Amino acid sequence: MSERVRLEARGLVKRFGGLVAANDIGFDIRAGEILGLIGPNGSGKSTVMKLVMGIERPDAGSVKLDGVETAGWPSYRIARAGVGIVFQHSRPLHRQTVLENIKLALLPDSLLRLAAAPGVDERAREIAHAVGLGDVLHRHPSTLPFADLRRMEMGKAIARDPKVVLIDEPFAGLTAGEVGAFSELIRGLRDQGRAVLLVDHNVKSVAALADRVLAMYLGQRVAEGTVDEVMRDETVRRVYLGGTIEVVERRGANAEVKPPLLRLEGLSVFYGKAQALDRVDLDVREGEFVSIVGLNGAGKTTLFNAVSGLVPYSGEVRFADRVLSGMTPGAIARSGVVQCPESRELFGELTVRENLDLGGQHLAAGARTDQLAWLFELFPILEARQSQVARTLSGGEQQMLAIARALMMQPKLLVLDEPTLGLAPVILEQLSKALERLRESTPITVLLGEQNVTFALPHADRVYLLEHARIVWEGEPAQFAAEMGAGYL
Amino acid sequence: MTTVFGPRLLLFIAVFVLVASVLPLWLSAYVLGVLTTAYYFGVFSMAWDLLFGFAGEVNFGPTFLIGLGAYTAALLDNQFHLPIPVTVLAGALAALVGGLLLAVPALRLRGPYFGLVTLVAVLLLQNAIVIFAAFTGGEIGMTVPDVLSIDPKVNYWYALAFLVICAILLFGLSRSAIGLILQASGQDAIEAQALGFNVTKHKLAAFSVSALFSGVAGAMLIFYMGAASVGTVIDIGIGVQIIIGAVLGGRRTILGAAIGAIFLVVVTEVLRPLGQLNTFVVAAVALAVILFFPDGLLGHVLRPRESE
Repeated sequence: MSERVRLEARGLVKRFGGLVAANDIGFDIRAGEILGLIGPNGSGKSTVMKLVMGIERPDAGSVKLDGVETAGWPSYRIARAGVGIVFQHSRPLHRQTVLENIKLALLPDSLLRLAAAPGVDERAREIAHAVGLGDVLHRHPSTLPFADLRRMEMGKAIARDPKVVLIDEPFAGLTAGEVGAFSELIRGLRDQGRAVLLVDHNVKSVAALADRVLAMYLGQRVAEGTVDEVMRDETVRRVYLGGTIEVVERRGANAEVKPPLLRLEGLSVFYGKAQALDRVDLDVREGEFVSIVGLNGAGKTTLFNAVSGLVPYSGEVRFADRVLSGMTPGAIARSGVVQCPESRELFGELTVRENLDLGGQHLAAGARTDQLAWLFELFPILEARQSQVARTLSGGEQQMLAIARALMMQPKLLVLDEPTLGLAPVILEQLSKALERLRESTPITVLLGEQNVTFALPHADRVYLLEHARIVWEGEPAQFAAEMGAGYL
Repeated sequence: MTTVFGPRLLLFIAVFVLVASVLPLWLSAYVLGVLTTAYYFGVFSMAWDLLFGFAGEVNFGPTFLIGLGAYTAALLDNQFHLPIPVTVLAGALAALVGGLLLAVPALRLRGPYFGLVTLVAVLLLQNAIVIFAAFTGGEIGMTVPDVLSIDPKVNYWYALAFLVICAILLFGLSRSAIGLILQASGQDAIEAQALGFNVTKHKLAAFSVSALFSGVAGAMLIFYMGAASVGTVIDIGIGVQIIIGAVLGGRRTILGAAIGAIFLVVVTEVLRPLGQLNTFVVAAVALAVILFFPDGLLGHVLRPRESE
């Protein structure tokens, strides 16, 4: 490995309003080295990548490319200076062929050069062959499988022979076989002496490739080192697993005899050509608390959105003996399946009370008052904050409000998507207690999606593990801790 | 890119030019007049499509650029009796400068605001012309002492030649390396930047080209009509017609925009006996095409071949 530092980032800071998306982040990438930048959703890893590329301007800090300061430059200048990026989602030119799309990346940024330089065609063919698109040169992007689209993006990114290549979630949406081929391509970049930054959710996916890993959480650097060091790091384990796993024994194991309230059979979802869910079967019985655990990007949110009718899918979703396919999201919510989404979707400009009242629109006045009283008992903080505008609540309070608003609809099945996202540990405890009370005081059925296993397990009657769009494990929380705890990261 | 004009397209253009240029031998002066106007509108729509279809910016005020060109030329001719080529050139420059003054700040805005700015610009120009009625003729309009020709056939040939030249230039530009960069900028500006392209520069260039062609066409149109008025070159309704023509013919095709605009002008004329119903029918047809064939007529014809 060469010792020359290609990319040097120091003290990068980026704020969005009050949110500090990246705080004092720094790293080096040498020529011929792969650095993995990992962190869960909202950790700021994508922001850091955008700061390097110049898509966002850093509020403070420096980025040096071969010793030249590039922080604050527009991204086209940074690109020309030698940084290429492979976006996770891109919009290729659909009226042009694969070859023309790659040629685009080879054109000079000039208003006067009407025709491409003579060597461009040949160079574009070379690049296409190098990334494995030799057979589809003249096809249009819309006819290509997802993996080939990613290859095309890779081809475009390396067209200008960049010194540094940034790759956003290199393996998202790819099958196991394609992951292998892509890893080879990325290794090829390293062998050519380029500096590579892989941005991904977790260590596992970049473990085989990265020379070093930098882990981020809530905008902060939490660990840096070799793959093994980072995987063993206590903070990293706490971020992903949430510390030691404990299981509360659930009394009254009568759930077994109850009929399934929600049943998924062969549920598959595609986003364009990327498969987000692969033939998922899942049961939630009446009164049961089921947790789906899985890292970011495993497909949890997609699964919930399919149940709520927000994304098209194949397979069957049954709820209380009704087939939900074809029903509108509104009708599904009214039939008793209420989702509390990851993004919370609060009405930011309305007060706490107004948000709750909106959730209770379908209830009679009397029932609404009772429900509200019960919710204030469950979440006392919300009663105190009644007249406050939702946008100004803290993250934890917003999450409680989102759950309370969902409960106002008196759901038969409450779907909770990643309630712990971006919350401080002390808030997690309050939230955990509220869930415990909820489980004890009502016959409600809950389907919880979590990456934080420590949060997900104590309440659960049963656990499903979702990995790469598939259910790979199913069982009781106690078994999970014993069997899966170590291999989860 | 090496084959900007494929053999089929060349043949099509040759046949069209041949047929169109011998039409005056049979058609009446009235029909020629309609076609003459239609050809100028064809240029308006092509210039608009370069901006919308390729650079991805919706310009709700094509008549701002057209009006600047038309009124500059008309004023210079009316007040200073300059020769027509000079006034047309001046009109083109005015449209270019006015367009840049508008676009430089407007392109900093995101989303629908660029469109809103262009819309407001039309209203401003319209009001300015009414306010300075002493020079501009206000709402009544302003006659120009010079005309291109008094012979409808000659006027027709001028318009046809102008249309063909503009079509070749604009279509060629759209299929060039610059057209490719422009499409990338319009469809995914962030990625285009990450590929090393200065998106703002390319969009500004597209706006300038669009302004130049609009200005020239606007100036030519008034020297055909013999008068400039708000109702014929600036009114929002004219701009809407240009936009509908371009969308009708097919976004991102340039030639489709010309076909759509010509079609629209001719159909409006054919349906004139229907009176008030005329505009209604045209609008309904346009609505149906946009709802059911959002790619436009030519875009729809081209599409099956793409998804082979």
